[in-house]
Parts: sequence; C-alpha cells; structure tokens
Amino acid sequence: MFSLLNIRIGFFLAVRQIRRASLWTTGLIVFVMVLTFLNLVVVSGILVGLVQGSVNAQRIKYTGDVIISNLNEKKYIESSPEVINIIKSLPQVAAFSARYRLGGTFEANYRTRKDTDSPNIASGLIVGIDPQAEDAVTGMSKNIIKGQYLLPTDYDQIIVGTFLLKEYVSGDNPGFTALENVSVGSKIRININGIQREVTVKGIFKSKVQDISRNVYMVDSQLRSIIGRNDGNVAEIAMKLKSDADPIAVRRALTLSGVDKVAKVQTYVDAQPQFLKDIVGTFAMLGNVLSSIGLVVASITIFIVIFINAITRRKFIGILKGIGISGKAIEISYILQSIFYAFCGSMIGFFLVYALLVPLFISHPLDFPFSDGILVAPLDQTIMRMGLLVFATVIAGYIPARMIVRKNTLDSILGRN
Amino acid sequence: MIETKNLIKTFRDGDTETKVLKGIDFKAENGEFIAIMGRSGAGKSTLLYQISLLDDPTDGEIIIDGRDTHLMTAREKEIFRLTKLGFVFQDYALLPELTARENIALPLLMQNMSSAKAYAIATEALAKVRLDHRLHNIPSHMSGGEQQRVSIARAIAHTPKILFADEPTANLDNESSRAVLDIFKELHREGQMIIMVTHEEQYANMAEKIIKLDDGKIISVHKNI
Repeated sequence: MFSLLNIRIGFFLAVRQIRRASLWTTGLIVFVMVLTFLNLVVVSGILVGLVQGSVNAQRIKYTGDVIISNLNEKKYIESSPEVINIIKSLPQVAAFSARYRLGGTFEANYRTRKDTDSPNIASGLIVGIDPQAEDAVTGMSKNIIKGQYLLPTDYDQIIVGTFLLKEYVSGDNPGFTALENVSVGSKIRININGIQREVTVKGIFKSKVQDISRNVYMVDSQLRSIIGRNDGNVAEIAMKLKSDADPIAVRRALTLSGVDKVAKVQTYVDAQPQFLKDIVGTFAMLGNVLSSIGLVVASITIFIVIFINAITRRKFIGILKGIGISGKAIEISYILQSIFYAFCGSMIGFFLVYALLVPLFISHPLDFPFSDGILVAPLDQTIMRMGLLVFATVIAGYIPARMIVRKNTLDSILGRN
Repeated sequence: MIETKNLIKTFRDGDTETKVLKGIDFKAENGEFIAIMGRSGAGKSTLLYQISLLDDPTDGEIIIDGRDTHLMTAREKEIFRLTKLGFVFQDYALLPELTARENIALPLLMQNMSSAKAYAIATEALAKVRLDHRLHNIPSHMSGGEQQRVSIARAIAHTPKILFADEPTANLDNESSRAVLDIFKELHREGQMIIMVTHEEQYANMAEKIIKLDDGKIISVHKNI
C-alpha cells in the first residue's frame, strides 16, 4: 500500500540516492530524458510545423486574414467599388489588395522563332494589382529573387513566378509547360481572350505558395487597359487585419453588410485549400504516432535505467528488506527517482523548446519547397506530453523496482540467483 | 525466548537436493549470549538466517517470544524483524548513500518515529559504539571496524529482543574485532540476547553458550562459566 509512512521512507531514500549519486550518472540520465522530451515534442512539432508553415504562407502570402472572392458562377465580384468602400469603413482592416485575375497564355522568343519551331508558350493566371497595396498585404516585393518589384507607374511590365520559367523548374511537370530562355528584360507576349500585348519581364519572384508561383503580376491599370474593363470589378480582395482583430468578427461584419450576396467571404482558415486541410490532419496524426513511439522509447529507456540501477543495488535492496524496510517504500523510492529524472529532463526540455528552439525556428525557418517549416509546440499539448512522459516514467520505473523488490530477501543480500 | 523444533532446510538445484539443516532443536533464553560454531558448510549461517526470519525453513518450527513464526505472513515477519530483531552482517551491510546517523535512523523512521526522535536515538546509539564523531560520514569514508560498529549501532538502536550477528569479525583486523566483541559483551551485560555465528574460537569463548554444528546437526552445546 502507498501509505504515508511508505511515501515518507521512499522519499527519504530517493532524496539521498539522488543527492549522493554520481553527478555524471545523474547528468547522463537527465540528458537522456531531455532528448526523449525533445523527441516527443520537437519531432512531431516540426512535422506539424511543415504544414503549419504552408498554412501560414497561404495566409501571409496570398489570402491575408480575410479574403473576398468572386462567386463560383461569376467571373468577378459585382459592385466591387461598393465592397471596397465597406472594407475601408472597417476599423479592423490594416490593409487590403484588390486583384484582377484572368487566365491567359505567355509566349517568349516569338521574334526569333522559325515557323517550324514549336512555340515557347505557357499558360497561367495574370493578376492585376496595385503594387503598393499588394505589398502592404502580402509583402510581395520580398518575393522578388531577380530584377525588381512593380511600381504603380510601370507600363507594360510584369513580374513572373518561377514555376513559369524552365530555369527554375526541375524535371518535366506533365500538364504544365514553362518558358525557356526568359530572364529579366525579356519580352513576352501575353494573350488574354485573343487580345495580345507585348510586355517586359521586370522581375522574377518565388513564393512558398505554389499557386502564386505559377502567376504573372502586372499593374492593375495596365491589365484593365488590355481587357478594356472600366467598372472596377475585381476578382478578389485580400485583407490584412490589425494584430488584435478577429478574422471571424470581420467576416461576420462583411456578411452583415451584404457582401456575401455578391462574393464569397472567407477567413484564411475557410480559404485553405482542401488538400492542405487534409495534410494538416494527416500530419497531426503522424505526429501523434511518432510521439507515441517516442513515449514507448522513453518508457523503455527509463525502464533500462531504473532496472540497471535496481539490479546493481539488489544487495542493498535485500538489506533494506532485511532490516525491516517495507518493499513498497523501496518501490516508491524508485518511482520518485524516476519522477525526478523525468521532471528534470522535461523542465530542461521545456526551457529549450520555448526559450531556444521555437524562437530559433521562427527567425530561421526550415527552408522546404512548399513552406517555411516552423516548430509548432502549443503549450497545452506540450504540458500534456510532459505529463504523459512523467506517467510513462513512473510505470517504467515501478516495474523494474517491483521485479527486484519481489526477489527473495536473503538471495538479494547474498547475491544468489 | 527462541526455540526451534526439528528445523530442516533443504536447497534444491534442479534435481539435486542438498539438506543443509537436518533437524535442529535448540532453545535460547532471554538475555543469553550464544555463539554458533562449526566448520565451513556446517550450516551455521543457514541456521541463523532461519531463526532470524530472513529465510523460510523447509520444515520444522521456530517459536520466538511464544509466537510460531510459521504462521506469520511475509509482512508480519517484516514488521517483526523491524521491531524485535537486530542484525549485524559480515560485510556491515550499510547503505552507501546514507550517513552513519541516517543508516541507524532509517529503521526507526520506518517505525513511524519522528525524524528528531529517530536522529536523537541514532546519535545515542553511535555514542554507545564510540562513534559519535562519525555522525555525518558515509560508509565509504569509514574503516571496516567503524562500519561494523555503525552496523551494530543500527542493530541495537531500536532495542531489539534478539541481536543476530553473522560472522561480525570476519572482515576485521584483531583490534577492530576485539572492539566489536567488547561492545557485544557490554550489550550482553545490559541484558541483550545475542546469537552470533563465528568460526573463531577465541571470540566464541566470549559467549556464555557455544553451540557446535556439523553436517547440519548440533553436535554439542557447551556452557562457558
């Protein structure tokens, strides 16, 4: 029975065993526990962080916090100027970017192409933007890897996503073609619904959001002049909110203003592509599986540590029993030692995660093709994992202690098998 | 008082059976100092382990203070050892991470004694074995003789009914051995019942009764006058 007396004696023994144990041994065990804790939290955290990085990129680089887009049966948002006025009236909105989006083709090297050559052509979306407004919402100018970002006064100039350029696309992508021999300064002929315009590549950009990297951006007034639209109706409006604003509240405000009659109003969560939502779920599950394996490894580690500790101290366990110390008190002493190791390891790991790794991953995210991988370690989940680790450790510490304590007292004292 | 009736202990190793105790009958009165002697393999330590309840006999009875130990549960035996018996082992059997005083106080704490009282008794017991200057030393910082005296202090701190000693001088030099035996004699004078296993005649002669074993049987009981 775990009586108070047994706990008192267990504590008495545990404290002295820990206090007078070799510092190196204690340090090594705690180090193993730190690694185990990091394995539990960081491995799954990075896995989830890869997807979270992709989700964040989608929000920061494309949708903003709230996005309004054309209804499925419409090509654009009707009464866009009125919608924009409503947006301007919302105090939570820090910036917004209205975008025109039209499908088209891009052809390069058409001047030097012989009639027998196949055209150097690719297709994608042409997005008309106010460069300053877009930069304020998505920081588009930071995506430029060659050349320069657009200026509102730019005439017939575009910036091109890397996925449209052969130079940046490795291997063949069935269904997608890319332009060859195109760089900053190259002339490209764009074709929108049969209307052609020759433009110059001003810059090349690269984004973690793959859909964006397949686009061409130009100043909205230029795009309007190509397609001859003067009604101001855009295809989508991305909004960046002030830091304390709630996207759901803004969505509700827009809906109450009747914007949902002419457009889809979505928060960044609503606008996430379904595949991304699926991946988030799958990776979270995978993270849990890895955590479970980590927990089993942790249990086995502490089992071995305590077992070796107990087996080498078998004689002293026999003596303790011989002089009348209850087996339960001895077991409790080992459980308390296990808790000590797990707690120390977890606390150091906790400090490392929140004081070092999370800030480090934020400032230096892992550069993956589809996202800037961060470390996702929600506090509640970390505390839960810490609790699980301590619990697993208690069990893993109790079993070997019980195995040794149950051995015949005299056999233990005399070292007989 | 301790009494054994037809005590038998057999060890089994596979199909091989070794009968170490072959029907031991003996009686010890309160306050007696008894030495158990015999050549190596005679069964003297095995007898001590049975009567001190560290091991269970194969057959026979052990009656201590009128209680048939055969009828006790493992936990009852544990408590009986804790409160009524004291042990001095050949290799001191001190816990290496506890100081001299803590080693002595531990069984007292297990009897639910307050820390202050347990440490006070432990200090007193150490003074009795003339080690009051070693209160806070751990065993590895003490000589063999000192460790054995701490072991004695631990065994007597709770004023046991019977003090068992298994070859307490086997690992000690002459001077330390004599010091240990002097303590035993002093305890005996104070009325402590002691049962000691030894193979050294000079130390056995300090007891008031010598029981000689051979081949698992008592071959003689000799009273020193």
